[in-house]
Amino acid sequence: MQDMNDIFEIGGERLNSRLFTGTGKYGDDAMIPDVCAASGSEVITVALRRVDFQAATGNVTDHIPKTMRLLPNTSGARTADEAVRIARLARAMGCGNWIKIEVIADNNHLLPDGYATINATETLAAEGFVVLPYVNADLYVARDLVSAGAAAVMPLGAPIGTNRGLQTKEMIRILIEEIDLPIIVDAGLGRPSHACEAMEMGADAVLVNTAIATAADPVTMGRAFGEAVLAGRRGFLAGPGAQRLRADASSPLTGFLEG
Amino acid sequence: MSFAKDMESYAGLDMSTTIHGKQRRDVHQALGKERPGPDDLLALLSPAAGDMLEELARKAADLTLRHFGRAVQLFTPLYVSDFCTNRCVYCGFNAEQGSKRRQLSLEEVRVEAERIATTGLRQILVLTGDARAKAPPEFLEQVLNVLREFFPSLLLEVYALTRDEYARMIHAGAEGLTIYQETYDPEQYARMHPGGPKQDYAFRLDAPERACRAGMRWVGIGALYGLGDWRMDAFWAALHARWLQDQYPGAEIGLSLPRMRPHAGAWQPEHPVADRDLTQILLAQRLYLPRASITLSTREPARLRENLLPLGVTRLSAGVSTSVGGHGSGQAGTPQFEVADDRSVSEIAAMLRNKGFQPVFKDWQPFDTVAA
Ligand code: SF4
Repeated sequence: MQDMNDIFEIGGERLNSRLFTGTGKYGDDAMIPDVCAASGSEVITVALRRVDFQAATGNVTDHIPKTMRLLPNTSGARTADEAVRIARLARAMGCGNWIKIEVIADNNHLLPDGYATINATETLAAEGFVVLPYVNADLYVARDLVSAGAAAVMPLGAPIGTNRGLQTKEMIRILIEEIDLPIIVDAGLGRPSHACEAMEMGADAVLVNTAIATAADPVTMGRAFGEAVLAGRRGFLAGPGAQRLRADASSPLTGFLEG
Repeated sequence: MSFAKDMESYAGLDMSTTIHGKQRRDVHQALGKERPGPDDLLALLSPAAGDMLEELARKAADLTLRHFGRAVQLFTPLYVSDFCTNRCVYCGFNAEQGSKRRQLSLEEVRVEAERIATTGLRQILVLTGDARAKAPPEFLEQVLNVLREFFPSLLLEVYALTRDEYARMIHAGAEGLTIYQETYDPEQYARMHPGGPKQDYAFRLDAPERACRAGMRWVGIGALYGLGDWRMDAFWAALHARWLQDQYPGAEIGLSLPRMRPHAGAWQPEHPVADRDLTQILLAQRLYLPRASITLSTREPARLRENLLPLGVTRLSAGVSTSVGGHGSGQAGTPQFEVADDRSVSEIAAMLRNKGFQPVFKDWQPFDTVAA
């Protein structure tokens, strides 16, 4: 389905789909393979706190197709230290070396702690993890994440679970312009049109969990998101160079006045 | 700082008159708000809202789905000691009940743990009566140490501890605790607790805060509905929860809706709470606190538990015995109260799946075991 030559590369891995999905909130994890197939998603995030390494079966990981790239996350971590420990455990337990850092010390709004996230990213990137940090759409935090060795930046579109869409649109636009890492819009995307809009703006990928998992028909919703991401991406690629909104330093049309 | 200060600021308010004076339009206004305030909560608990439960339910169901999805955490209580020095008039463990007392040895704790672990449960709530001398914090630490081998998530429901003692419990592996104020009405509280250390209303009221300060990840509070006027108790419990959320945003605050059940003693609730009332409490608290986990225990019958599930419930107990040794480690003691839903863990899990919910057994574990 994806355009043949539009490959998304992250952490040295080539991905055809720019839709990342999640595993939380489903009524039945057994529908995950169908959602993955319908959406075309190749990366799926799983909360390590939900995975029971002592239980031989009955884990969410049993339902994740082997072809998917696992993206364990540190949800539940309240400090950088906890996030680092969770990440190490994930790797030790064979979940690979990708990790989505979530450090949330405010249960009222579930907003990520940028400072702690940067610290955890620095530690884990140095240990060879492919670190994908979930953060507020903040330019300074994003810049520090670049220096800390992040593999991408995952700004929120709106607070987790709100389905409000791209409330942080202008800030994300700045990140897309300024940050030389993949920008993956995470959290808050409630409808396929939201995902489409993020992709059209030039986001490299989106992560959608709640909107798919809590839909009346998650499989069809997964397909809808897959199609929306593709449409948005095509719209972006087809755009007539309108991606830079910042004033250009040179003045091709009025330069003659200075001469 | 204490929640008592917050309560004091309402001293001038005639709460009963205010609640009963709320009209349909007040309820509509509360329903329309993104973040309802205390006055809206009063409206949601009013008789006027009682006639509009369907409207409340729609919004509560939607909020619950958005924030929690279709996942429901399962856990079971483990009674380790029923010695008690209190005289709570409503309780089967009351110091005046003549029944034989029992406390599990650590070996028995291990046997109970093994049995419970085979059911698939991974979160355990450790309960004791209130007898510090019999079951001191050291004993609780030892119990937690044994249970840690079997369960990634341990909660406590014990007598009120000091902040340092809560810190010790965390160190021993406790992830959270539940502690109920029983009733927030100080006068009724005094009547319900005629003897024993639990008479100290203020020490109990501040216990959840001490736990938060000590760094507990999860703190569940609530009233025991039926002791006092349920509208007021539901109001204070919800206000208390939000106050804790605001003061300690790093802690996850939960609510529980225990309702008085028949028990070994003769005392029966003075303020009976009908199913409809319990439903209204659940809905009002969910609308006021969209992110709070809400627990419904096996005090409630199966059918009611199932019907309330989509309206805001996020935690259910399962495979419950309310007596010490009730999971098979020798002779079981007297039950604290009668269980109304005695289905096994697998039956509850099957019911959840049938209804489109996912039983969640594990949702946290201490991660400090990984080499730093
Ligand atoms: S409610 Fe608790 S403190 Fe009161 S008598 Fe029962 S076990 Fe003891």
